[in-house]
Amino acid sequence: MNKTGYSRKSVKPVVSLTIDGQNVQAVQGSTVLESARKSGVNIPSLCYLREVNIVGACRICVVEINNLPTLQAACVFPVSEGLVVRTNTKKIQDARRAVLELLLSNHPNDCFSCSRNLNCELQALAHELNIREIRFTGDKTSIPMDTDSAAIEREPEKCILCYRCVSICSKIVTANVYTMLNRGFKAFAAPAFNRSLADVSCTTCGQCVTVCPTAALREKDQTAAVWAALADPDLHVLVQTAPSIRVTIGEEFGMAYGTVMTGQMVAALRKLGFDKVFDTDFTADMTIVEEGYEFLEKLQHNGPWPHLSSCSPGWIKFCEHFYPEFLSNISTVKSPMSMFGALAKTFHAEALGIAPEKIFVVGIMPCTAKKYEAARPELSDSGMRDVDVVLTTREFARMIRQAGLDFVHLAEEDFDTPLGVSSGAGTIFGATGGVAEAAIRTIYEHLTGEELRQPDFVQALRGMDGVKVANIKILDKKIKLAIAHGTGNARLLLDKIKKGEEMYHFIEIMGCPGGCVGGGGQPILAKKQRWEKDRDYRMDRADALYRIDEQKTLRRAHQNPAVWEIYRQYLDHPLSEKAKKLLHTNYFRRGKF
Amino acid sequence: MQDCFQLNEKDKRFIRLRKSIKQLKEQRGALIAVLHQAQEIYGFLPEKLQEHIAEELTVPLSEVCGVVSFYSYFSMKPRGKYLIRVCLGTACYVKGAGEIFAELSERLKISIGETSADGKFTLEASRCIGACGLAPVLSINDEIHGRLTTADTVKLLEAYRQRRSGDA
Amino acid sequence: MHKQEARKSHAKIKSINDLAKIKESYKELLSMRMAGQQYGKIFASKRSALAKKGVTHQLLICRGTGCDSSDSKGIRDALKKELQQAGRSESVAVVETGCFGFCRLGPIVVVYPGGTFYCRLQKNDLREIVDEHICGGKVIKRLLYHDPETYEPHRQAEDIDFFKYQERIVLQNCGLINPLVIEEYIARDGYLALANALNSQRAEIIEAVSQSGLRGRGGGGYPTGRKWKFAHDAVGEEKYVVCNADEGDPGAFMDRSILEGDPHSVLEAMAIAGFAIGARQGFIYVRAEYPIAIERLQVAISQATELGLLGKNIFGKSFEFNIELRLGAGAFVCGEETALLRSVAGFRGEPRTRPPFPAISGLWERPTLVNNVETLANIPQILLKGPRWYAAKGTEKSRGTKVFAIAGKIANTGLIEVSMGTTLREVIFQVGGGIPNGKKFKAVQTGGPSGGCLPERMLDIPIDYETLLAAGSMMGSGGLIILDEDDCMVNIAQFYLEFTLDESCGKCPPCRIGNKRLLEMLTKITAGKAAEKDLALLAELCTQIKAASLCGLGQSSPNPVLSTLHYFREEYLAHIVDKQCPAGVCKELLSYGIDQEKCRQCGLCKKVCPVSAISGNAKAIHKIDAQVCVKCGECAKKCKFDAISRRRS
Ligand SMILES: Cc1cc2nc3c(=O)[nH]c(=O)nc-3n(C[C@H](O)[C@H](O)[C@H](O)COP(=O)(O)O)c2cc1C
Ligand code: SF4
Ligand code: SF4
Ligand code: SF4
Ligand code: SF4
Ligand code: SF4
Ligand code: SF4
Ligand code: SF4
Ligand code: SF4
Ligand code: FES
Ligand code: FES
Ligand code: FES
Repeated sequence: MNKTGYSRKSVKPVVSLTIDGQNVQAVQGSTVLESARKSGVNIPSLCYLREVNIVGACRICVVEINNLPTLQAACVFPVSEGLVVRTNTKKIQDARRAVLELLLSNHPNDCFSCSRNLNCELQALAHELNIREIRFTGDKTSIPMDTDSAAIEREPEKCILCYRCVSICSKIVTANVYTMLNRGFKAFAAPAFNRSLADVSCTTCGQCVTVCPTAALREKDQTAAVWAALADPDLHVLVQTAPSIRVTIGEEFGMAYGTVMTGQMVAALRKLGFDKVFDTDFTADMTIVEEGYEFLEKLQHNGPWPHLSSCSPGWIKFCEHFYPEFLSNISTVKSPMSMFGALAKTFHAEALGIAPEKIFVVGIMPCTAKKYEAARPELSDSGMRDVDVVLTTREFARMIRQAGLDFVHLAEEDFDTPLGVSSGAGTIFGATGGVAEAAIRTIYEHLTGEELRQPDFVQALRGMDGVKVANIKILDKKIKLAIAHGTGNARLLLDKIKKGEEMYHFIEIMGCPGGCVGGGGQPILAKKQRWEKDRDYRMDRADALYRIDEQKTLRRAHQNPAVWEIYRQYLDHPLSEKAKKLLHTNYFRRGKF
Repeated sequence: MQDCFQLNEKDKRFIRLRKSIKQLKEQRGALIAVLHQAQEIYGFLPEKLQEHIAEELTVPLSEVCGVVSFYSYFSMKPRGKYLIRVCLGTACYVKGAGEIFAELSERLKISIGETSADGKFTLEASRCIGACGLAPVLSINDEIHGRLTTADTVKLLEAYRQRRSGDA
Repeated sequence: MHKQEARKSHAKIKSINDLAKIKESYKELLSMRMAGQQYGKIFASKRSALAKKGVTHQLLICRGTGCDSSDSKGIRDALKKELQQAGRSESVAVVETGCFGFCRLGPIVVVYPGGTFYCRLQKNDLREIVDEHICGGKVIKRLLYHDPETYEPHRQAEDIDFFKYQERIVLQNCGLINPLVIEEYIARDGYLALANALNSQRAEIIEAVSQSGLRGRGGGGYPTGRKWKFAHDAVGEEKYVVCNADEGDPGAFMDRSILEGDPHSVLEAMAIAGFAIGARQGFIYVRAEYPIAIERLQVAISQATELGLLGKNIFGKSFEFNIELRLGAGAFVCGEETALLRSVAGFRGEPRTRPPFPAISGLWERPTLVNNVETLANIPQILLKGPRWYAAKGTEKSRGTKVFAIAGKIANTGLIEVSMGTTLREVIFQVGGGIPNGKKFKAVQTGGPSGGCLPERMLDIPIDYETLLAAGSMMGSGGLIILDEDDCMVNIAQFYLEFTLDESCGKCPPCRIGNKRLLEMLTKITAGKAAEKDLALLAELCTQIKAASLCGLGQSSPNPVLSTLHYFREEYLAHIVDKQCPAGVCKELLSYGIDQEKCRQCGLCKKVCPVSAISGNAKAIHKIDAQVCVKCGECAKKCKFDAISRRRS
């Protein structure tokens, strides 16, 4: 997908060097750390994050190079012909341990009650380097926590200044929220003026949380609210699970990336005590129908183009802060989660004859931004909050552990109906390109009466290229599509559109790299070194979604009988008055800062 | 948390700032130069001013703030009429600058980085102003005073106290 | 600041000939200042242009930062007034110069012809100078420099020990020319080296710099020629020359003096470097603490541009070179070259690891040559007089001369330039005049916060890069702080740690947290709360900080601790084991007591004690309760009878 100039790769010459006496070939421009790892020598690292954060700050990866008097950080040291590297001498071990002891001497010893306990890179490193004593003691950094954001909490005292959040938020997310503040011992990572994340242009995407090696950044844990609701006999507690949860929750229990655990997940939720276990995939199908009709209308009136997808709250908030001029191009269709909430407290409430106040809707989402979305005041078309609590995949796993369930060995169960019926189209929402593919499947069939069968076109929509573009001819209309994931890629795309260099009809934008499979609420697996793996772990997760889709007989959203049943019983037809009230929303311009 | 400072577009200082931003904008990496100008004009760099600069230079606010908090020359607190910087560089230190600093701190009842209650004096430390031959030295606004004793310092402080507004 | 003398604007200089013309027209003005006694003959001859104009004298007045703080501006104004009153405004030229080096003696006025050196002037001395010396031809003994030991007056600067042993290459124009008048620089062969360079091959220039043996004066001592060659060989459409004028080392002020006193030497060298490596743009990163230097650089750049010595088509050739100033903002670490380049680009001054070195990838990822002010100021002289001439000075591995700033407990604080290889003893005792007030020398600190402290027994080592390093210190920028028996070495180490911790950028843990822990350990020692085993941990921490830190700041920050620990271990032990501070500096190890013989029972001390540690009344003796006393020292300050003593407990 190189035509667009969004990514570039070139072949580089190879050099040879010696690592611990072993002769090693490496590509020019790569680093000592990368080439060592490729040849099986594992140099410990802490701040390094492949392709994102290569700053040489933490000094854990130090090695001896040639006869240089000081130790060098392997993660930033470029390979060159004839380099002689030693990675494990006494001198190196002593230095690494001293550096780590120093870090620990300025760290709260909170492991017992810390959200990252047993899944913390700092803690894991202390174990790896066999730290048995912290010889250095003294004053510790003392900065209050920031708990104002609906999505993310910061605990600066656990910050080890690895720069990962600064890098990911400026390079990948391009919201530029973080900086290092102050200098010397007083330095720490924070938003401008150490403002709360609630008061800055944070998209709440949570990418920073997934890369933070410690608990300095973490989701706002709301499991207690869910336990309380479950324990309340007066409440009818519903749960909906986003498409990607079924392929990631297993990782929390030792399964490989991309293991499908749908049945176990449903079973676990029932065991936790939810009254109904529904599927957000259902409203994803519904989204496609509503948005499909919206798009067909635009097609009829020829615009306004481009039409932008709306299901990712990270992307929506990004647009509200940085590209308000595009707000009117965004589909007014609510995200599947919020649509679900609205239907649960209206349609479902009526169907069951339960007062909507007694219905408590929990969303299990891959996403921290959904916590923020659920708290948006305008998303209360049922007369109250559409969704009461959003839990991330990680919090869900915590509840499973707390309940003592043997998750992996649970007997598989099925979702409840009707809000649990879904097509494969709804499922692939969880991967970048999925929304576009699902939408085209429906639009194509609606216009031509035939099923979409164009493997090349479909392939172009999938995969991890930052910006993907594809054209499709439907009858006499040529429709141009673009897909961006990660708001940094969205920025590249929108800037080109703004300058008039490019034009598209349909654009899918996902806030997180890889889409929801790379969401800010997904499992963080410190010890698996997911960033060190050659293959992108998000590809594994996405492939699992495509596998589910393939195995389904129901693969197009508009085929979902439950969707039409609701229109028939309750909403009349797509884009009806009632549908507009319950299933659509609007957006707000927000300050750049 | 946010300070109450507001930018006023009709303010003379604002017009001056706008002019210097316009001049410096084309220069690559102009942020530090603009901050110098802004601090010279307003005396300090409150949040609103930094937001304005971020907007004008299309630099993220986090970056502006990161830079301001990094360099000791930049201050986010308003300073007094007279900025006293006692040199605590080595040459001055071994010649007793520490005692001079302590004396001033005691007399003004403020510690490092603070401004006296009457708003007249701000006390800061500097790290060598290149007049080491006259150690110990201190500067008050643009004037440098060298070869000081604590007694001289007290006299100097009195002299500035007596200065009427206008002859800064 | 002071106004520039009205200067006629000149047509652009296009050739060496144009340069020579300017030189010629300023020649006599300068020879009056240089030829000393012999000047009389020229002046008497019919050829004298000055005589025709009726100019009989020149008064050089130092307007460096040092002298300005001793009100040399007021002195200048007063001097002009006196001259006017005496009707000599026309015939006596007042020339404002940069630093002479002997700042402690400021304000300084030198009267030419003859070079009579008047110092420590006050406004009411000036009438005497005008009346007696200018009009009456009599030297005023009272205002001359008097040798502190023999009390002999010295008339000329060259007679004074402080100047006698110096060899001035870099400082040759400082205190001699008016830095605000480019023609005076040209009259000293300024810009001739650039003109010649533009007529030679780039490789030749780089070869000459290499042959001279010049090494970086910014501290690292990296061979300058080799660095130029790297920058020359680096591929890049655009390259930059950056002058490091951050001079963060407290106690060092050579770069400041060069910039104030001879700014064109740096500009010329940058243009030569630009030509040699293929750069068209230069930046000078100068610290904001140097307003005078900044102003003079601005004037110098605009004058050079006006004359076509900067800008397009320099000397009529196709070579273009421009220079911009960038101001620092108070961060020592920005002297480190990678941090400096970040700061030039407008970011936080956080260093990054090298490689890639700036010469390959520097400012905005382009090949960038970073050189220190003093390094650059050597270049024109090396090219004019030849690399062999330069290489003949100094030692085998450290060629040429070096400027040192001597400060602290020394008689002649100031700036000196001596040959590399001069011993510390010579610098301190001959040039520097030894330790004042009859005190005993204890240590000399070289290399600033990155350097170390050397004791008496190391005084005979020659000053060069390798020897200092081997002794556990370093050359650094050339600051020498002399310490006497009243200085506590643990306290000095603690002072440096406070500095480095304050100035650490915070990027890497060994420096950010390590130095904090180091400082806490030292504080424990000076408070008498440490145990002997702590010394091993202290040394271990030093070693690890040096080994693992990202940049030179952290890699050298433990040096003051390591060197004092090495040379003054017994002082550490005195604090730890005996709970004593031998120098009587560390507050918490002092005890206050009242000498009953001297005490007159006046009760003043009792009144001021903040913690009521003193008992006694008009009849009963006054006593300090050591358990209560917080060692604030207030009582001792107040006692009029000197009855309260500070003891090393
Ligand atoms: C912490 C630190 C501070 C430094 N400060 C200065 C400085 O103030 N001035 C300077 O010229 N070089 C300074 N240097 C050295 C520079 O990094 C660099 O080596 C030098 O500017 C190169 O010029 P040279 O080769 O001409 O010496 C410093 C280095 C370190 C590590
Ligand atoms: S962040 Fe990691 S090391 Fe720190 S308290 Fe939590 S688990 Fe322990
Ligand atoms: S690991 Fe050690 S510290 Fe932690 S609970 Fe067990 S015994 Fe206690
Ligand atoms: S908050 Fe986390 S990611 Fe950011 S610098 Fe601190 S430790 Fe690293
Ligand atoms: S949540 Fe996203 S936008 Fe907000 S600070 Fe983290 S990475 Fe940046
Ligand atoms: S891509 Fe998915 S996980 Fe990320 S913000 Fe959007 S909805 Fe949330
Ligand atoms: S050694 Fe110190 S100054 Fe240098 S990068 Fe590390 S923290 Fe910053
Ligand atoms: S002030 Fe001096 S003389 Fe007076 S009581 Fe105290 S010690 Fe005695
Ligand atoms: S030193 Fe201070 S505390 Fe101690 S006796 Fe004197 S005045 Fe009181
Ligand atoms: S991993 Fe290399 S310095 Fe942090
Ligand atoms: S150390 Fe104080 S002026 Fe240099
Ligand atoms: S400033 Fe005048 S002699 Fe140094």
